[in-house]
Amino acid sequence: MKVLDGLFYSNDHEWVKVEGNIASVGITDFAQEQLGEIVFVELPAIDDEFGVDEAIGAIESVKAASDVLTPISGKIVEVNEDLDDAPESVNSDPYGAWIFKIELSDKSELESLMDAAAYKEFIK
Amino acid sequence: MSDLKRTSLYENHIKLNAKMVEFTGYVMPIQYEGIKAEHEAVRTHAGIFDVSHMGEIMVEGKMATEFVQYIFTNDITNQVENQVLYGLMCYENGTVVDDLLVYKYNNEKYLLVVNASNKDKDFEWLNKNNSHNVKITDISDISEVAVQGPKAQELVQKLTDYDLSQIPFFHFTEITVDGKECIVSRTGYTGEDGFEIYSYDIVSIWEKLIDLGVKPIGLGARDTLRFEATLPLYGNEISNQINPIEASLGIFVKLDVDFIGRDALKKIKENRKLKSAGIELIDRGIPRHGYSVLNKDGDVIGEVTTGYMLDRAIALAMIPVEYKLGDEVFIQVRNKQLKAKIVSRKFMNKNYKK
Repeated sequence: MKVLDGLFYSNDHEWVKVEGNIASVGITDFAQEQLGEIVFVELPAIDDEFGVDEAIGAIESVKAASDVLTPISGKIVEVNEDLDDAPESVNSDPYGAWIFKIELSDKSELESLMDAAAYKEFIK
Repeated sequence: MSDLKRTSLYENHIKLNAKMVEFTGYVMPIQYEGIKAEHEAVRTHAGIFDVSHMGEIMVEGKMATEFVQYIFTNDITNQVENQVLYGLMCYENGTVVDDLLVYKYNNEKYLLVVNASNKDKDFEWLNKNNSHNVKITDISDISEVAVQGPKAQELVQKLTDYDLSQIPFFHFTEITVDGKECIVSRTGYTGEDGFEIYSYDIVSIWEKLIDLGVKPIGLGARDTLRFEATLPLYGNEISNQINPIEASLGIFVKLDVDFIGRDALKKIKENRKLKSAGIELIDRGIPRHGYSVLNKDGDVIGEVTTGYMLDRAIALAMIPVEYKLGDEVFIQVRNKQLKAKIVSRKFMNKNYKK
């Protein structure tokens, strides 16, 4: 199961990539494998604000719907509209298929997330 | 999953890298290659399903015909030997004990094939209502595979000398397949042509069909296939809360014969409130089992019984009978009310050989 260095990871199997004050968020290789074939991603609206662990949208496989939580609080600044037509890219390229970008409201929240080494342990 | 029952094909599933899950007390394959690829394989080629968890109950006795009619909603009066009929067992109030296939050997011997999740309950129900002094035997230790798809007959034919074209739709025969004694019926749960094969010795049949290129199909695609063919699933379209008239299965309920639940179903038919309808989402999303159906004012008018994103997002739902094709409704999906419309329940044309 692929885990990339340099990203933050949440207990709910989201990855977070921080660039300046903006974080891109997607789901991990482990998560996509667990979910199975993804057929729909429900994206949040730009400018919506969310608190930590609030549901921003959903990922749906053939069998089931799962909430996508944001592991960090802030305002949505961009969503990956490519997923509307190609939701399966979450399966084929989980670390490339970011779901949303959020403007961080509190950078210290990142401290409660795992690094790659800790996440590898977590999914063992 | 160590305390779960295994079918005789368990090792074969592991060998094929199936994702295994608990299902009604058994450890069963939910998928092998993937649900979408497996679904497609059955529509265009052939797939094989391990359905050994299904329940098989033999009914024998002088009054077997009278007994089966007493517990069965379909009319067996004209059922001939080696014919299979689909129908339901109902409670006195008309809700459903189970749906089942009835295989007629002769007037004194029938095989009932029931849902895995209901088999213990069914066995009790049959015994409780055995006013005809028949012998009721649970033979669910028999294994069963379904081979389904446009290539099913051609590929199963390679394992038997019996000319399979001699088995008409919804008929069965007892023959040898790969040298093993089997019951073979031209039945299934996919909307495709194909067979269900029962045997106490099924492993070599499975292995040979896999070697012939038949794709293994898990429970995931079993559900998308039966849904797309508008075939009901107990616990979704029918249940001990839903009766078959309102579930739009009236053609399998013959109210001119007497069976348990008939009087209640007659009254329900006269004053019917609900029907099973097709729904297609217009907004983006997926309607799923249990989601509410709403009218324009946001009032709950019904419930989704099964829904999937296939080539479009479609569902079966129980809604009031007065709704018509093309009517606009809404589906409550998480915190959103998504626009949808009533469509035909016929999501696909079935490819039966009749």
